Amino acid sequence: MSMTFLRSPRLATSLSTASKNFVQQASVKHLHTSMKNQYAAPASPPPAEGFLPGVANSKLIKHTHHDALRNPELAGVANGETKKMNTFQAVNDAMGIALATDDTACVFGEDVAFGGVFRCTMGLSEMFGRDRVFNTPLSEQAIAGFGIGMAAMGSTAIAEIQFADYIFPAFDQLVNEAAKYRYRSGGEFNVGGLCIRTPCGAVGHGGHYHSQHPEAHFAHTPGLKVVVPRSPIQAKGLLLASIRDRNPVIFMEPKILYRAAVEMVPVGDYELPLGKAEILTQGKDLTIVGWGAQLYVLENAIQLAQKKMPGLSVELIDLRTILPWDVETVCNSVNKTGRLLIAHEAPKTQGFAAEIASTVMERCFLRLEAPIQRICSYDTPFPLVFEKFHVPDMIRCAEGIERAMKF
Amino acid sequence: MLSSQKINLSKIAAKAITPLSFRTFASSAVARNVSINLHQGSFESYNCDAPSLEVNISKEELVRMYKSMVVMRRMEMASDGLYKAKLIRGFCHLCTGQEAVAVGMETALTAEDKIITAYRCHGFTYMRGGSITSILAELLGRKAGISGGKGGSMHMFTPNFYGGNGIVGAQVPLGAGISFAQKYLGNKAATFSLYGDGASNQGQVFEAYNMAKLWELPSVFVCENNRYGMGTAANRSSANTSYFKRGDYIPGLKVNGMDVLAVHQAVAYAKEWTVSGKGPLLLEMETYRYGGHSMSDPGTTYRTREEIQHMRSNNDPITGLKQRLLEFNVITEDEMKAIDKAARVEVDQAVEEAKASPEPDVDQLFTQIYQKEAGVKSLRGREPEETHYY
Repeated sequence: MSMTFLRSPRLATSLSTASKNFVQQASVKHLHTSMKNQYAAPASPPPAEGFLPGVANSKLIKHTHHDALRNPELAGVANGETKKMNTFQAVNDAMGIALATDDTACVFGEDVAFGGVFRCTMGLSEMFGRDRVFNTPLSEQAIAGFGIGMAAMGSTAIAEIQFADYIFPAFDQLVNEAAKYRYRSGGEFNVGGLCIRTPCGAVGHGGHYHSQHPEAHFAHTPGLKVVVPRSPIQAKGLLLASIRDRNPVIFMEPKILYRAAVEMVPVGDYELPLGKAEILTQGKDLTIVGWGAQLYVLENAIQLAQKKMPGLSVELIDLRTILPWDVETVCNSVNKTGRLLIAHEAPKTQGFAAEIASTVMERCFLRLEAPIQRICSYDTPFPLVFEKFHVPDMIRCAEGIERAMKF
Repeated sequence: MLSSQKINLSKIAAKAITPLSFRTFASSAVARNVSINLHQGSFESYNCDAPSLEVNISKEELVRMYKSMVVMRRMEMASDGLYKAKLIRGFCHLCTGQEAVAVGMETALTAEDKIITAYRCHGFTYMRGGSITSILAELLGRKAGISGGKGGSMHMFTPNFYGGNGIVGAQVPLGAGISFAQKYLGNKAATFSLYGDGASNQGQVFEAYNMAKLWELPSVFVCENNRYGMGTAANRSSANTSYFKRGDYIPGLKVNGMDVLAVHQAVAYAKEWTVSGKGPLLLEMETYRYGGHSMSDPGTTYRTREEIQHMRSNNDPITGLKQRLLEFNVITEDEMKAIDKAARVEVDQAVEEAKASPEPDVDQLFTQIYQKEAGVKSLRGREPEETHYY
């Protein structure tokens, strides 16, 4: 099924198949389940996406109204209502608010007027009109350039690149135009109103061109901001902040979470801070940094490691903004724990973990008790059939924890 | 070929010449229009009617055109000198020979219209309100530069000029986006996106054409065909050198880009076309650069000196306009000489001002990367503890 829903004019029918797969993923609770399935009778083929255990039951997910609103960052909407939303609904909700509160805002991209391949823009063109929410040709480079031009006029451009893997034709526009407009014009122009949304990451069957997590490519570019949310509440608040931030922002949405992550999301208008990491669990022995869907893998890896090492106390940090990243929060944590593990889905060489590791080495050198662990994908293209060996799964992350602790 | 359609000024039929009752430039310029007939070969159209060959224009405007072209050429000559004196470093692309495009365009537009281009942007910057000092100071990398000295040759901007650019073709989809915002905001204005014959083969140019036509944007795509993309002749890089026909579904117009009045007429036509809701239009300005592509290119390895000399003596935009001004008694030869002299003085003074300007403060290195007010309070320096707050 892998490619059938991509760029297909028959989106609606093929999407329903896609959605079934996502629902399946959500119901897979544990890696071992899928591993077992893999060796089970040929009558029941294994779910290809078995590497991601239990987002639905994650403790990182805010299942109840009170749970959701306990977050001090949501103080502004603490007295408001919440509604059950998955990630694509939360993204949709954020764009709806952005369009309603900013007359210059437009949403455009391939197939977005029909709701987009992941349903993120569903209903927006009906609500705000086809002149504000419209389809573009399959022209990534021009989508980015067009958005930059529009934003240079002071308008708010919310562009979608259908898959992060397709963003590379637009790489020149984003790196050379969007990131530099303010600087090279000496402040005459800027493209602060530009926000590029793009689904990223592994889903179990995406293969080479529908699985990549290219945050590090853009993190090499001063002038851009890069954001990756981990859940519906985070996605809504961070996306609103990204749209309204007066700098060009690339907002990468882990596509596996579109349906798998469901939370009670505040219905009001709220923003979460960019450039600020969030400490998800406090701990004293080891700092673990991740972002996006990888956090759920890490959560399971921590549980697995704790079975082996009872009493292990881990500080789990969601970096949230990749550029500019929250050096303070990470370094303060490492100064406390003395150990650091970073995990991400992108390949290891020149992945963003390398940047974090070297900064922490500079700043916390005398405090480090063990080599910084980078648990990443292998330095290979993203293989369809070997996906679960390629990505940094629970087992590899748990091994990394053990290596850091037993050094 | 340009040489086949050189402007034969002696053949221009002088219709409706105003009586020559003036003595001085000041009195002559008072709202006196002249009607000038352009040469037959000034336009060639594709899927649209050609503009009228009869140009009605005020004497004031004609004098402004002349003055602007003269200043522009002086300014580029001054840049050339500063570069050769090693005061300007890096990239520097001069528009000598192509002045008519920037000047004829500006006189047909208003401040509401937007322009975006790539290399060879000094002339456009000047026409769109940039001072000579600020342009030269930018080239020199000085504080008084139009971008604070942070950009250089291809990084000049004014409020209605979205800049030069260094990435071949990258400005074209931006132009589509700018024109979309104009349409969306209800401005009755157009965006002119310029690119060269070399850039015309970039894929994103065609992506932008498609969007502009699909959404009927007030976008005018202007190919400045100076016959060489860097050092490669147009016919060696482009399968179709009729650049005005390359929009396929977008009508186009080929214009004698060495005649400032033809440019003026075509741009006025293009603005009317786009603003009236007919969608985008392509313009091909047939022009010629006298110098090399950049300062390191002598410009004579891929074309003959005779060709350059031929263009200079037969098609020069300044000489062409000069002859018309005299023929139509717009100003006298003495007045023209006074303009030439004033231009030289103005540019020389600007050179001194630009040279006197200090280099930008070092803390400018860390500004204007992100918005000042939002978010990023510091940037990393080269050493672990070297953090710049601003």
